[in-house]
Amino acid sequence: MTQAIDILLLALLACTAISVVRMRSLWAAVMLTGIYSFLGAGWMLILDAPDVAFTEASVGAGIATVLMLGTLALTSTEMKRPVASPLFPLLIVSITGVALAYGTLDMPHFGDPNAPIHRHVAPEYLDDSVPTIHGGELKVGIPNVVTTVLASYRGYDTLGETVVIFTAGLGVLLLLQGPRSDRAKEDAP
Amino acid sequence: MIVHSILRVVAKLLIPYILLFALYVQFHGDYGPGGGFQAGVIFAAGVILYALVFGLAAARRVAPPVAVETLIALGVLIYAGTGVVAMLRGGNFLEYGALDHHHPQHGQHLGILIVELGVGITVAAVMIAIFFAFAGRERTQ
Repeated sequence: MTQAIDILLLALLACTAISVVRMRSLWAAVMLTGIYSFLGAGWMLILDAPDVAFTEASVGAGIATVLMLGTLALTSTEMKRPVASPLFPLLIVSITGVALAYGTLDMPHFGDPNAPIHRHVAPEYLDDSVPTIHGGELKVGIPNVVTTVLASYRGYDTLGETVVIFTAGLGVLLLLQGPRSDRAKEDAP
Repeated sequence: MIVHSILRVVAKLLIPYILLFALYVQFHGDYGPGGGFQAGVIFAAGVILYALVFGLAAARRVAPPVAVETLIALGVLIYAGTGVVAMLRGGNFLEYGALDHHHPQHGQHLGILIVELGVGITVAAVMIAIFFAFAGRERTQ
């Protein structure tokens, strides 16, 4: 039963991706990328990653779609016919895809408890966050281990990410809004 | 201007719950899925929905651009400031255990809650600011 859901979801993902590529109308393509993000969020949920699914649904399907539509309102809504043949790019993409798929052959199976990632620091994080069979003192004691890792163990990383978002916002504001003196003139009349 | 009554009524009904859900995701991130990043995006989505339905001018009155731009910096400041407070209390940078010497676990809880709040504020403000910047431009043709 679960396998049927997996296959259905992946098939829908593939169909949506192909439709996005073949679509000439950019409005429709943007809406389809939103659907793709939602399907991706569903897939992440199946992989037991609700935090990632949450982010994918809110950012990919929500904000990104709105921003893309906002961009389309400023530019053109029809895709120009490509001048070059798409065969060469298709070849490159296919080779890359096959290489990536080949790379996954060496990876441990999904949920394998003996996978390297589960034998390094992960047990310690789990022991510090939630009462586990290993026992020991709870250093953090927050049931959502993802939050523990993100905010505490990798606090530097998350600070860096926040600064990245800050910088991105700053960049967009500088590029799109122009200097403050110009804006004051625009607002005045 | 065309008045979309159904859109307006539905948006008015939905927006408070979207904002409430954002706060829930923000402060419940310790126990369930979610955290500052997702909460910030959901909060921004509420404001953006308001802007889409009621117009950019109304949304700018609700979230004044100056306040939004200040909040962008404030979130990062809260995050980094937590680290500095931990240093002042004798720990390392971002070592939340130092925030409460008697109960390092409480210090961890407090630190995580505060830095997640910082992340949420910055993310929400950046998303709103980017949307305002895009929506505020005229079509150039």
